[in-house]
Amino acid sequence: MLQDKDRIFTNLYGLHDPFLKGARSRGDWDNTAAILARGRDAIVQEMKDSGLRGRGGAGFPTGLKWSFMPKQSERPCYLVVNADESEPGTCKDRDIIRHDPHKLIEGCLVAGFAMGATAAYIYIRGEFYNESVVLQYAIDEAYEAGLIGKNACGTGYAYDVFVHRGAGAYICGEETALLESLEGKKGMPRMKPPFPAGVGLYGCPSTVNNVESIAVAPAILRRGASWFTSLGRQNNTGQKVFCISGHVNKPCNVEEELGIPLRELIDTYAGGVRGGWDNLLAVIPGGASVPLIPKSVCDDVLMDFDSLRAARSALGTAAVIVMDKSTDVIKAIARLSKFYMHESCGQCTPCREGTGWMWRVMTRMVEGRADPSEIDTLEQVTRQVEGHTICALGDAAAWPIQGLIRHFRPLMEERIASYRSRRVKSYPIAAE
Amino acid sequence: MAETNGSAFEQPTSFALDEESEAEIAKVVTRYPPGRQASAVIPALYIAQKQMKRQTGSVWLPVKAMDAVAARLGMAPIRVYEVTTFYFMFNTKPIGQYHLQVCTTTPCWLRGSDEVTAACRQETGIQGWGETSTDGVFTLSEVECLGACVNAPILQVDDDFYEDMDGAKVADLLAALRRGERPRAGSMIGRQTSAPEGGPTTLTTLQFAPQGTVES
Repeated sequence: MLQDKDRIFTNLYGLHDPFLKGARSRGDWDNTAAILARGRDAIVQEMKDSGLRGRGGAGFPTGLKWSFMPKQSERPCYLVVNADESEPGTCKDRDIIRHDPHKLIEGCLVAGFAMGATAAYIYIRGEFYNESVVLQYAIDEAYEAGLIGKNACGTGYAYDVFVHRGAGAYICGEETALLESLEGKKGMPRMKPPFPAGVGLYGCPSTVNNVESIAVAPAILRRGASWFTSLGRQNNTGQKVFCISGHVNKPCNVEEELGIPLRELIDTYAGGVRGGWDNLLAVIPGGASVPLIPKSVCDDVLMDFDSLRAARSALGTAAVIVMDKSTDVIKAIARLSKFYMHESCGQCTPCREGTGWMWRVMTRMVEGRADPSEIDTLEQVTRQVEGHTICALGDAAAWPIQGLIRHFRPLMEERIASYRSRRVKSYPIAAE
Repeated sequence: MAETNGSAFEQPTSFALDEESEAEIAKVVTRYPPGRQASAVIPALYIAQKQMKRQTGSVWLPVKAMDAVAARLGMAPIRVYEVTTFYFMFNTKPIGQYHLQVCTTTPCWLRGSDEVTAACRQETGIQGWGETSTDGVFTLSEVECLGACVNAPILQVDDDFYEDMDGAKVADLLAALRRGERPRAGSMIGRQTSAPEGGPTTLTTLQFAPQGTVES
């Protein structure tokens, strides 16, 4: 169990002043110049040593990502912070931005310095209007105090931080769609390669990182990689903000160590599953895109990248969506299919057509108005979408359905049988 | 674009960015490198949409406003239309005085967004999504995940999140809006933001230094 002294987001719930004075009292901006004085390579090395894996979902090592930026560049380099938090179940970046904005801004400076960037753009989702106002105020404070700007922290390093608000498009959380959007276009993902570290924002070397990945960097650099690796588990180091939503007694956000057992997380912090642990049906452990896990897996699975992967799911954004036995789990997943249909950018045919097709079939599965063989057809279609699109939205639309079929196939068959027993008439077969 | 959801509306024949909008756009454009002013298209569209609110009471973007933004940023109008129609938060037809946006994605649905939807319909008389009440006060929209899932279900009114809602609280909120009041946004059951109900169980043992450092 993580102790308060090891928590990074000490104002997670907004009980204290989020702005500069309060932030300083919590240790932010404490001799940041000394961190920068260590030099780019030392900062990147420390981040690599910490084992920090990206907190936006994919879990790519953050230090390694920073090291991809060119050592010398004639073009400007950019840090782009992904604050387009839209993954259903996830609401951690919102708390960081509105309650601990200076952790993010200081992180922007040290990360940007480590990759030789001239500026950071923080791309915040449009719906977070109030949060963007708080963040802009904090940035203005940081400029005023000389912490960023022409002579950041008195080091002579010139560094700007800008806020850019999106306008309601989940796809802009995909890093290259985000860059397109930031350039003033529709948020349609780009082909990779080239990767953003070579050709990113305005064709310049860029790195896109999640808010939480950037906001924890100053704490890691102050307290050392060894402190960070002492928390969590091997290859899954450190702490993480978990969002526990759905059928729990007390939904909440909480910062805990990676590798905490799922059951302990829910029982200790979220007041337990509604109606008790035995009333649990399933959990989506990492945001809408990851396959659900049934209670039998939830009983002893650990909340980290590798453990959840072994359970054929993923940590994703660590957004834990809990469903008790009263849940129509087919309907819960069908609603996610609708989400992906709505959010598909329409660029790739398998995703544009597939998400709509999957939703329509899922809608019939909710009623049971289907042929049992269509479960296999549905599964096959998810395989045809997965991996056949420019970005991972196609995969994200496929995985929840695959998880449902993997663990709740008998329920789907039962639903179909029940529908048939009520209606003798023929039923339509998939020609959606 | 002139007719959507069966409700006809008129496109204004002209639109000019006013002084306030021009000043805001001039400020926003400085965030981006020279020659990259197209990056300011989303902020500029917000600014134009806000100007419509000031001038007509409705937050929306007529074609002429998109054209004005295109001209201001040196973009082809079609590039601006593309952006306006790609992103969900730009309204291409007039909306009511208050924009009620119900999140119905799974985490909110699990916590009772159906009840929130039903209460919105009951109180406003609006049946379909995207429609405006006959008195012009409310527009009701279905939105995807708002990113406040531990405070589900959420009803977003304009830019504000009203959290931990239920049917009765929706009725109270809409009645207050009708009276011209604007209740404080956030948790409607008195929770401290995203902390568990009853108060935080972590971060309770910390002492912060008055100024400076808490740790070496």
